[in-house]
Amino acid sequence: MTFAFHASDWLLLAPELFLTAMGLLLLGLSVALGKTKEDFLAFLATVSVGITGALVAFVATRPERATPILGGAFVVDNFALFFKALVLLSLALTVLASARYVGAAPYPGGEYYALLLFSGVGMLFMASGNNLISIYVALELMALSSYVLAGYFKAEPKSTEAALKYFILGAFSSGVLLYGLSLVYGAGGVMGLPELAKLLASASRSNLLMLGILLILAGLLFKIAAVPFHVWTPDVYEGSPTPVTAFFSVGPKVAAYAILARIFYVAFAKFHADWGFVVALVSAATMVLGNVAALLQSNVKRMLAYSSIANAGYALLGVLGFRTEWGLWGILIYLLAYTFMNFGAFTLIILLESKGYAGESVSDFNGLAKRSMPAAVVMLLFLLSLAGIPPTAGFIGKYYLFTAAMKAGYAWLAILAVVMSAVSLFYYFRIAAAMFFTEGSPAKLKSSYALSAVIAVCAVGTLVIGVVPQPFLEVLKSCVLGR
Amino acid sequence: MSDGVLLTGGAGVLFAVLAAVALASAIAVVVARSPVHSALFLLLSFVLVAAIFILQQAEFVGAVQMLVYAGGIMVLFLFVVMLVNPGVTRSEKSFQHQWDVAVVLLPIFLLPFLYILGTEKLPDVPVKAEAFRMVGTRVVGNTEAVSWVLFRDYLVPFEVASVFLLVAMIGAVVLGKRSLEKMD
Amino acid sequence: MTLPPAFWTYLKVVLLVALVPAIVGFVVVLAERRLMGFMQARLGPNRVGPQGTLQGLADLLKLVTKEDITPSRAEKAVHSLAPVLAVIPALTALSVIPFGPPVRVGRTVVPLWVADVNIGLLFLLAITSIGVYGIILGGWSSNNKYSLLGGLRSAAQLVSYEVPMGLALVSVLLMTRSLSLVQSVRRQEAMHLWFVFPGLLAFFIYFVAGVAETNRNPFDLPEAESELVSGFNTEYSGVKFAFFFLGEYTAMIIISCVAVTVFFGGWLPPFPNVKALEFLWQVPPALWFLAKVAAFLFAYIWFRSTFPRYRFDQLMALGWKWLIPLALTNILLVAFAILLTPGWTTGLVWLGWTLGVLFVLAYLAAKLRQKLARRERLAAEPHPVEG
Repeated sequence: MTFAFHASDWLLLAPELFLTAMGLLLLGLSVALGKTKEDFLAFLATVSVGITGALVAFVATRPERATPILGGAFVVDNFALFFKALVLLSLALTVLASARYVGAAPYPGGEYYALLLFSGVGMLFMASGNNLISIYVALELMALSSYVLAGYFKAEPKSTEAALKYFILGAFSSGVLLYGLSLVYGAGGVMGLPELAKLLASASRSNLLMLGILLILAGLLFKIAAVPFHVWTPDVYEGSPTPVTAFFSVGPKVAAYAILARIFYVAFAKFHADWGFVVALVSAATMVLGNVAALLQSNVKRMLAYSSIANAGYALLGVLGFRTEWGLWGILIYLLAYTFMNFGAFTLIILLESKGYAGESVSDFNGLAKRSMPAAVVMLLFLLSLAGIPPTAGFIGKYYLFTAAMKAGYAWLAILAVVMSAVSLFYYFRIAAAMFFTEGSPAKLKSSYALSAVIAVCAVGTLVIGVVPQPFLEVLKSCVLGR
Repeated sequence: MSDGVLLTGGAGVLFAVLAAVALASAIAVVVARSPVHSALFLLLSFVLVAAIFILQQAEFVGAVQMLVYAGGIMVLFLFVVMLVNPGVTRSEKSFQHQWDVAVVLLPIFLLPFLYILGTEKLPDVPVKAEAFRMVGTRVVGNTEAVSWVLFRDYLVPFEVASVFLLVAMIGAVVLGKRSLEKMD
Repeated sequence: MTLPPAFWTYLKVVLLVALVPAIVGFVVVLAERRLMGFMQARLGPNRVGPQGTLQGLADLLKLVTKEDITPSRAEKAVHSLAPVLAVIPALTALSVIPFGPPVRVGRTVVPLWVADVNIGLLFLLAITSIGVYGIILGGWSSNNKYSLLGGLRSAAQLVSYEVPMGLALVSVLLMTRSLSLVQSVRRQEAMHLWFVFPGLLAFFIYFVAGVAETNRNPFDLPEAESELVSGFNTEYSGVKFAFFFLGEYTAMIIISCVAVTVFFGGWLPPFPNVKALEFLWQVPPALWFLAKVAAFLFAYIWFRSTFPRYRFDQLMALGWKWLIPLALTNILLVAFAILLTPGWTTGLVWLGWTLGVLFVLAYLAAKLRQKLARRERLAAEPHPVEG
């Protein structure tokens, strides 16, 4: 297989290359500018994510993207473009939400934003990864940046604990993933996903292959925090700097879903019956455990961590339902909605925290409605959306996911999911009740432009997708694999 | 594997010996009480694996294994171990409660793996050593073959890996730098 | 009658293993001591045998008959292993050095190298990087703080300088297009160009890193007599000490051999492209090789008696902040020189000229600056005698 590089290959790589270059520039600038000019670094990081987004849009218009480039390792189909856009959205939100938080902390900002951008590079490559090894390396790039970011506030014991737990468990799960990849490679002898699919189409079911697929699944389930690979989540979410937690809850998860969907839809579609059973069990366990454990939490970050575990369970329904289009639509619309609503909820914690309040315990939300009615209303919106109440984005996402599960023949799972959504109302409304029906400190809330912008974007996103989902669905329906 | 990869006759015996000693020293890494001894056994294991690579006609990978793992990484390992100088682990107390768990878990995980890997018929890919070294119509040396694969077929993972290493370095510096702690 | 090739291989191995230590003991060490004596205006050893030529024998006898002491709380096994680890990689590395072109013995053609492996340079780097374990482990196992410090220093130093050394050799690889050392000489022959000219920077980096890799002055921090008694080998005596000694000098010889092979045309005579100098080809090529290696060894000795020792942070700064960036720049330069000009040779010749001119200019500028500074200083404070 010989091939030449074309100039257009580099064109298609433009977003990734640009983001990497900006990461390097930020590193260099942070040395030159120092701690006092960090706002500029945050601004620059936001702008570069924006330009990267524009480049993604530009790449979308190129006809060259029809075929995979660079030895078939890099594919720019609509599916990849959707995830790139989503990843960049979460990246931009994170940078904006971090500006004040990191600026006030005694840690250098340049490396922080650079690490965020590099993690973004990893996620962009994950979205486009079309062979096992490039997916793995991109995943590791994202993961390594995450480990460092989790421990970025290194004088805080909790942050260090989070980084250590995340790193050790993450490294272990990568080992599992890599072992699975090597077994699949050993069984087939090819790395590319389409080649693998072609090869497996004629292959019979073998134990070696099943073991490989199972291990790959386990490795990826760790990244999306599904039971029984979820134990790291509450500790890491609680310990990490809150903007980083917000980032973890959307960016890396979205990217992990991208590769989970791509690997299992494209390469292992034939053995659906085998892995489908496992995924169904995992999904059920994740929904039940996530929601029940969230009921018991008094720390909001931990509660949202369990809620995000539960959400991972819902999204797995989409992976199960891949045989109808509904599965893919469900994943895409749900992840889009999830990015807005979950990030919004976390941003409100940041808002509370940055005023000298811990913002982490449920009681910190006491009387928020008195202190700032808009903040309380917006938080309520996010919570409603997370619980899946219409007319919010969360409802549309869940509707598609549950329908996908029904159509794929997992009616019992869909019913369980509905029941669990009802359970989730209890803990979401604990926060709501705290905000509206209890007295709290009378101190006024102070926001920054960046934080207000993030909250506004998230709120508008959550509401608009919920009220007029049609245009979004039209776009999403063209985002199938390979086009 | 049909031919090209020498696992019969003398080479087969050599492979068996190298592999056995490599495994034994890998076990010794875990069992040894002194961390320096562990590091030395790990070094031995690396060198033997390099020898196995060379035996399989992958000279480049063998040399790099030697250069990077044995010559670079292990030196740094030893450096840190010697700097910290933790001495010999005298009592097993702190580790003891893990043994019973391990004894239960190990067979549960290991036996199915061994069963599958043992009973599975590996696909018989008819590969000749030269086939790996074909570039167009040319048969090239091992090093050149590796570089073609690396810079052509697997360019994306290669480049992403370079960013990965950069991030690792930034992370190590950011998390390890001492002067920052004075700031709070 | 023709002997099987294996016979020649074994013969060469035996010769190398027997001869190199002998040369080290009897020639190099003596030369070093006498030369240093000369440079430091003293005599050096001149008692044993005519002009001290048998000094090596006396040293050998002394070392062999000395008591072999192992400190009481040392790690016995590792303590004995360390000297062996210092010697064996060094001697192994000799196997890929081409000492000359194949020679005809009777009807067989015998190459003057043990093995021409296709990963020659990498093999050398890999094998020599193992040599550091001798020093580290020797330092650690002695149960002595000075030894340990020497071992630690050596670990950091060798790992740091392996990087610029490897990078310098990468630029040579671009020129030879092969890792084989024999190919490297053949290519210089075919291009009528010693690679030291286009590889001026690479050679400089390689040699500085090479001096550091062999723990020689001015980078002899692992031993550093004035700071660490004798560094990693403080607790060694007798044959074990001799092994460390042998390892260090063999490593020196290897660095010189590689420098000669990849930069100075190996067994080729000087200026292989000049017609008027063709008579130089009459000298047996292996002698050219040995002469060049001897010149390098002389430079080593010269360094030792000229330069003061670096401080440890200076050593690290030099390696990481100067040599590595310089080596990377150099790779780019060489790559562009090859890419941007037609043919392989032209660009390299141009690069050689450019670097040469720049080098001379830099030297002149430095001299001029020195002179001006001196004049200024003299003007500022009049000479005590004159004033």
